[in-house]
Amino acid sequence: MVSKELIDIFYVLEDTFIGEYVRSSIWLFPVIESFHLIGLGILGGSVVIMDFKLMKLIFRGTNKIYILDQTRKFFIVGLSLLILTGVPLFLSEAVKCYYSRAFWIKMISLVIGVLFVYFVRNPLIVKKEGTILILIGFVSFSIWTVVAASGRWIGFS
Amino acid sequence: MLDFVVWLSETKWSIALHESLYLYPWIESTHVLSICLFFGTLLFVDLRLTDKVFNKLSVSEMNTKVLPLTIFGFLVMSITGLLLFYAIPVRNYQNIFFRIKMLLIAVAGINAFFFHRRMSKEAKIWDKDSSIPRSMKNSAITSLVLWSSVIISGRMIAYNWFDCDRQPQPRWINELTSCEVDYSLFEGIDGF
Repeated sequence: MVSKELIDIFYVLEDTFIGEYVRSSIWLFPVIESFHLIGLGILGGSVVIMDFKLMKLIFRGTNKIYILDQTRKFFIVGLSLLILTGVPLFLSEAVKCYYSRAFWIKMISLVIGVLFVYFVRNPLIVKKEGTILILIGFVSFSIWTVVAASGRWIGFS
Repeated sequence: MLDFVVWLSETKWSIALHESLYLYPWIESTHVLSICLFFGTLLFVDLRLTDKVFNKLSVSEMNTKVLPLTIFGFLVMSITGLLLFYAIPVRNYQNIFFRIKMLLIAVAGINAFFFHRRMSKEAKIWDKDSSIPRSMKNSAITSLVLWSSVIISGRMIAYNWFDCDRQPQPRWINELTSCEVDYSLFEGIDGF
């Protein structure tokens, strides 16, 4: 469903200086996209190590708070790189993104993923013990898998 | 080699894969997910050797616990990568970024071979006195730089600035990519 007000905003975003600058260069979009993928890898590594620990697949004898402490900064670095590179990529083809179902799935799952990590997963790692953490790890890993996969599907739209 | 990839492109499964509406995107998505798993976990394995992360855990412990995930990611990445190549063999074979990527993988593979051979011999010693040699730290950073470059060149394969059917291209590009070009068509154009 097309919302007149929303699509107008997307047209304005696409016409911004950054959007036009990225579009006007044949190299810039692929180069930014490559660093976007590296950002996804960094974030992915921190998510996999923390969530697999919660699912008791790795680091069984290691303190979970220590793992959180070690992976947290990589989550922030990965997420920052994703946002820094994702914004110009989006601005260069905002209207295409508006009509892409994969884009909306990625954005919604990204917001859910970040909120889940900061307001559910991380606080519960500190407070809770037991099987609930297995579920938390599984949910977090699933959300971030959807973020990564739907991101790739934007290109196929 | 060109004859072989042309033959490969004419096989039934290659055409089916290339023309499939959903299978190709699914394989590519799995390739991207496996890159995240491989690179993301490798980051921690390599940075452990620089003492930047997980330095309360021994090198051996880190390898035992995280390296299997890295290897699994590498296997899935390789299988899906082969399938992606098989879907469009001629274009990939003649793609300059594909060639750069293969070269970088070979160099990264050699680095990984010597890196892990030494690590398997000496990790127990480093666990005890916690002094990892500088050469190993350099090798870990080299590994991350090489694999980042593999990701960048891999992403560039999708862009066709230097494809054989986009002529005229500089001769050195055509030679590097094994493009068979009839230059008589471009007589009078600067550089040909």
